[in-house]
Amino acid sequence: MQLESMYQDVILDHYKNPHGRGLREPFEAEVHHVNPTCGDEVTLRVHLEGDTIADVSYEGMGCSISQASVSAMYDLVIGRTVPQALETGEHFRTLMQAKGDLSVAAKLEDELEDAVAFAGVSKYPARIKCALMSWMALKDASARAMSVAHPTTPTEAKS
Amino acid sequence: MTQTVSRPARARSPLPLDVEAIRADFPILTRTVRDGKRLVYLDSGATSQKPRQVLDAERWFYENVNAAPHRGAHQLAEEATAAYEAARATIGAFIGAPEREIVFTRNSTEAINLVAYALSNAVTAKEPELRTYAVGQGDEIVVTEMEHHANLLPWQQLCERTGATLRWLGLTDDGRLDLSDLAEVVNERTKLVAVTQQSNILGTINPLGEITARAREVGALVHVDGAQSVPHQPIDVGELDADFLVFSGHKMLGPTGVGVLWGRYEVLDKLPPFLTGGSMIEVVRMEGSTFAAPPQRFEAGVPMTAQVIGLAAAVEYLQGLGMGKVEEHEKALTGYALERLAEIPGVTVIGPPDTVARGGAISFTVDGIHPHDVGQVLDDLGIAVRVGHHCAWPVVRRYGVPATTRATFYVHTGYDDIDALADGIRAAQKFFGTSEVR
Repeated sequence: MQLESMYQDVILDHYKNPHGRGLREPFEAEVHHVNPTCGDEVTLRVHLEGDTIADVSYEGMGCSISQASVSAMYDLVIGRTVPQALETGEHFRTLMQAKGDLSVAAKLEDELEDAVAFAGVSKYPARIKCALMSWMALKDASARAMSVAHPTTPTEAKS
Repeated sequence: MTQTVSRPARARSPLPLDVEAIRADFPILTRTVRDGKRLVYLDSGATSQKPRQVLDAERWFYENVNAAPHRGAHQLAEEATAAYEAARATIGAFIGAPEREIVFTRNSTEAINLVAYALSNAVTAKEPELRTYAVGQGDEIVVTEMEHHANLLPWQQLCERTGATLRWLGLTDDGRLDLSDLAEVVNERTKLVAVTQQSNILGTINPLGEITARAREVGALVHVDGAQSVPHQPIDVGELDADFLVFSGHKMLGPTGVGVLWGRYEVLDKLPPFLTGGSMIEVVRMEGSTFAAPPQRFEAGVPMTAQVIGLAAAVEYLQGLGMGKVEEHEKALTGYALERLAEIPGVTVIGPPDTVARGGAISFTVDGIHPHDVGQVLDDLGIAVRVGHHCAWPVVRRYGVPATTRATFYVHTGYDDIDALADGIRAAQKFFGTSEVR
């Protein structure tokens, strides 16, 4: 029985009672990301106050992992600056590449809080993209929101 | 996860195929998965497992004969050519086709692209005869909403390249083709109708006769996607009244990397090539070249010889079982599976609810649990199913679900596999806490 290693209670809680779900105003950028192999999708909005993420609102459909991931991400990034949030996203990506190595999770516990529970997902290559979809959407949306806020600042190329 | 589900004893008629004997031919079925669990492989619709006879045939070729066919005059080249062409005859006979109408491709997808590109290459072909089937503005290509992406995107792209219009037949609520507007959708402007014989996601077996009859009335070509039918039922192209039929070796116990395009010879003969290069030529000059007759015209480069020989072994294996029996076997399993799934509250089958004109692809949803999560629990129990949109995104959209879980059967599938599936679904409901609410 390996299932519990992936479906931690924290993940199931986020899935059943998602935090921050729903699309809200105001927002500076909205993106729509899909996972073309399975059809999961998320629409995500970012609202900035200065460089700080004041709100992330979202709607989506997908499996428990993708839906719990966006909920845990919401908790992690509200009130942080965009660079801080993106750095957290990089930590999360590192966690997803850990292939189930729990020592990686132990090192990232402070940075990732609830999201460290996704460590078990990294053992299942087919599910990693489910967990990463919302973080990709956030990266995309915050880059767009920044370019709205600072129109002259060059940002990453939009894909 | 352990679970004990008490099952009412039920009368199950003996299956047409000897499942235990067949399983002994499949080495992979002896391995275990996820901590020692028996592999319950219900994903043959994605790719089938291979019996030892197929693996042996490929090994035999490499160890004894290996050479490039249709090139060279040494003994190995002669033997490789003979083996390759004998395999073509075997595979052709399997669907009632002469050798010269069998073209080897990489898979069904490539075979469909071959036809689609030939129709647009026809526009600029040098020889007037090869422009016979050219597609252009004002022409229409007809597909259905049920198609696998492989039998949709090549035609969409053909239309985008040529300015032709793509039209399609829709679906009914019970997973059938809606033919109520067939006479309007397939009309005098239609150049080709592309339709699957058996849906990879719904399991539906389509009434091809009605469609081909209408296509003949208007002079359109008929292209049949047989990727999910040729492995599972007897097919005779003589009775099909189509112009093209495609299928993949790997879905019918054969190796990956080999597929088949059957084409009516008089049509193939008027099509320009898709891929060009070695071995598909008649005369080559720096100023321009002419092409070989079919099937060589469509087989550029050294072919996947060992895989073709492996596919012939797969065909012989299936013939040994008898395709009629294979079909009956899967029908019995399908009926049983539909019954077992109907007993589980919250499970909805997407597709025809009974075995009438239906194959063994069973897609379903489980209330309150995303298909990925259903698949994950099943995987934990050693049960391999497919989850997602099954490369038929318009179908899941049509039925208002984000994705489905799909079980598919084959010759080694037994009642025990389906019992495992039903128990696994209940285990998923228990794990995600959706069973007690009923």
